[in-house]
Amino acid sequence: MVKNGTMTFSTKPSIHSAGVAAGPLEDKKSIFAKQFDKVYEDERCDLPTNEDGHRQLMYDAVMIALSKAKKDVQKIDFFLTGDLVNQMTPSNFTAHSLGIPYIGLFSACATSVSSMITGALFTDAQQANWIVAGSSSQHNAVERQFRYPLEYGSQKGATAQWTVTAAGAVLIGKNKPGMPSIECATVGKVVDMGMTDPLNMGSAMAPAAMATLSSHLIGHSKTIDDYDTIITGDLGSNGFKIFKALVNEAGLPHTKNFRDAGEEFYGKDPSFMAGASGAGCSAAVFFSDVYEKLCTGEYQRVLMIATGALLSPLSYQQGDTIPCIAHAIEITAGEVAV
Amino acid sequence: MEQQKYAHLEKELSPKTPLLKNTVRAFLTGGLICLIGQFIALFYITYFDFTERTASNPTVATMIFISMLLTGFGLYKKISQFGGAGAAVPITGFGNAVVSSAIEHKSEGYVLGVGGNMFKLAGSVILFGVFSAFLVALIKTILVKLGVVSW
Amino acid sequence: MISIYITSFIVGGLICVIGQLLMDVAKLTPAHTLCTLVVTGSILDGIGWYEPLIDFAGAGATIPITSFGNALTHGALAEAEKHGLIGVVTGMFEVTSSGISAAIIFGMIGALLFTSKGNV
Repeated sequence: MVKNGTMTFSTKPSIHSAGVAAGPLEDKKSIFAKQFDKVYEDERCDLPTNEDGHRQLMYDAVMIALSKAKKDVQKIDFFLTGDLVNQMTPSNFTAHSLGIPYIGLFSACATSVSSMITGALFTDAQQANWIVAGSSSQHNAVERQFRYPLEYGSQKGATAQWTVTAAGAVLIGKNKPGMPSIECATVGKVVDMGMTDPLNMGSAMAPAAMATLSSHLIGHSKTIDDYDTIITGDLGSNGFKIFKALVNEAGLPHTKNFRDAGEEFYGKDPSFMAGASGAGCSAAVFFSDVYEKLCTGEYQRVLMIATGALLSPLSYQQGDTIPCIAHAIEITAGEVAV
Repeated sequence: MEQQKYAHLEKELSPKTPLLKNTVRAFLTGGLICLIGQFIALFYITYFDFTERTASNPTVATMIFISMLLTGFGLYKKISQFGGAGAAVPITGFGNAVVSSAIEHKSEGYVLGVGGNMFKLAGSVILFGVFSAFLVALIKTILVKLGVVSW
Repeated sequence: MISIYITSFIVGGLICVIGQLLMDVAKLTPAHTLCTLVVTGSILDGIGWYEPLIDFAGAGATIPITSFGNALTHGALAEAEKHGLIGVVTGMFEVTSSGISAAIIFGMIGALLFTSKGNV
């Protein structure tokens, strides 16, 4: 049987804790601000460069997750993370500061989920007791690389999204009753629908989210109504609208249980256009709001689908289309502790 | 779903560019920047020894200076978000492209960063300005020599 | 005297409208739009139409980037008139050095003074 990217974790690894650190704009403007563990008043975390601030955020997110679970850095077997900066230097430097064996993962803004999937696999395969997974992005560092200098005036259209300054990390370990547990996942295929506009990534990513959703539902014999919520990563308001249209078109029966982290992140503030994006966007929302709701039992079963646009400045300048990916992970609130 | 069918769906659902609003804003912003330029030119004509023709050089320099301040204080990108081409087309937009690149790449140092990247956005305007001027002037000079047109 | 203020506003605004249409309708990037306008400016000077526009609209014609193309061509042509073909190359920056030198000087000063901010 073709697995089509689907996989099941027999030991149901648990997410023991989560940490989120964010920048000043996220503190002021995000509707999730109160749920972030740490916020900085300076966008560079009082360090000289944007990239320095970027790694500080990732480092903080990891340390917060560890302190919540009262775990020491030395106890961690693997560190799996990624970001959007060239060659992922912020993640690499964070890994050096932490001194944990490390694999850098690039799935653009889908890294929050691809790192959790990899972490769950390591745990399921009995190769690790404790794993830290996560992803991060820093607005200034990402914008200057992918688009224009920050102070350059270019008129953003209604489909543009705002890269968030945030990092999120989770501590994955063996199953513990009463803790959110990872049941199964689906690794997505790269989907390219021929979209070329780097300021309209939501429309490029929506078909990837749809493809992974349908693989997951078929592969695990689930329906949309089995989930309390299906939350996509950072489609933004435009991509989210298209995603829901694609779900309808595919004839999948569903209720109103869809959410999108990018669309919700900055509320309805029009200065952020279609909403948030970036590797830190899905991580910040999944590891704060969604994780808390799983812990309190408000959500019993959640499907997180993080979406990523796998373009580079070079690829779009050479006229290439935007290849996109989406990875899905299914998390339950975990059996009640006896 | 095939690409064509998706492109159709995407076009249908995505918000349309507000063409009328954008052009009105571009007109007002661009017009206002040129009007300010006209007042600066008047200043140079009145208080310094410039004629209406020669005043455009100091005017341009002054406009770029103002653009540097607006860029540095983070205001030019807001004007651009409102005015679109109205802020990009005047010489202040050229100044913004140079100054914003210079500021952004300060972190890589003054030689490799500022020096190497200052013209990464504005360089193409200089290239096409100079090369098209070369071609136009070359053609015209040859045509004059051949007696087809006169200066 | 008042009329030059009205014409500079209207002509300058209209050139920007052309730029906005190139971006929104023709879907050009800002860089492609500006290059198109610069090339247009130098061609218009070649056929002798840009100088009358400056007389008519003042800063409305000298502030938009089209004026950069015009000034380059104008300098080249003025030198070519005196020195022949070699003047095409040597005269180019005769008229329009101020835009580039100001951009370089203020770009450097800007880099010394400011740091970019990721605000809305």
